[in-house]
Amino acid sequence: MEIPYTVAERPDTGLNNGKIGIWLFLASEVMLFGALFASYLMMRVGAAEWPRGDSILNVPLATLNTVVLISSSVTMVMAWASLKRKDFAKFRLFMGGTVLLGFGFLVIKYIEYSAKFHHDLYPSTSTFLAIYFTLTGLHGLHVVGGMAVNAYFWGPGAKLWRTDPEHFTNRVEHSGLFWHFVDLVWIFLFPVLYLL
Amino acid sequence: MADHSSPAEIDRQVKIYILVFVSLMALTIVTVAVSRFHLPTAQAVAVALTVAVVKGGLVAGYFMHLVSERRLIYWVLGLTAAFFFAVLLLPLWGQWDPIRILTP
Repeated sequence: MEIPYTVAERPDTGLNNGKIGIWLFLASEVMLFGALFASYLMMRVGAAEWPRGDSILNVPLATLNTVVLISSSVTMVMAWASLKRKDFAKFRLFMGGTVLLGFGFLVIKYIEYSAKFHHDLYPSTSTFLAIYFTLTGLHGLHVVGGMAVNAYFWGPGAKLWRTDPEHFTNRVEHSGLFWHFVDLVWIFLFPVLYLL
Repeated sequence: MADHSSPAEIDRQVKIYILVFVSLMALTIVTVAVSRFHLPTAQAVAVALTVAVVKGGLVAGYFMHLVSERRLIYWVLGLTAAFFFAVLLLPLWGQWDPIRILTP
């Protein structure tokens, strides 16, 4: 028995089920990160003093990470566009690039975190560092999750392309929506934590 | 919703993706450059968040295809945005209007 509306659009919503599902999930993710941003705001407004981000954090490395993640969003959407153009080889190239750029982001994050720990700067050191590690740590976990899904579609999951290319294209689009959301969160995290 | 299927449409979208990518890079440079001026907090926050909203709008609008999405998705996101701002602003309102305990 086949799951309905994985390709065809539901007559009542005009969308396939996967798309509604991923947007509802992203809505819940907005609330998750929103709650943490609200915590950051409350703590900063209530604090007697609050350090400038660039006095403690590595802005050049974070800027590089921003470039890496934005680039990965481009390769992600190009992977989907390649499937729409029926070019599977290009899809594998762009999706592989997305996964590698995600890995690059995590490597840079590892370098940042290691430097902090080397200088005895931990989440318990200050409120600023507590919220910094919480926000970027949770974001990093989302990068890992997104990479796992993308790697699956690059690898074993790609066999769906042979049997049902439209369904596979939709699944890649949905995982792309999650990946772009991860980029979107970083677009706000970067200035809020590092530049203000 | 726009037809994403025709080769001409996909080619047109790819050009837009590249344009958005260049814009995002430029805005990243702007946001870092402005931070070097060490503006007063209120101005720095306004500039940083404005640039972030523009960048986020480009990602959401074009990479996530929100510019041509169905109304149901707009409703879901509208509701989400309302609750997001409530979570952000209601605690601040409580901070500015605290319960004062009167001591005899």
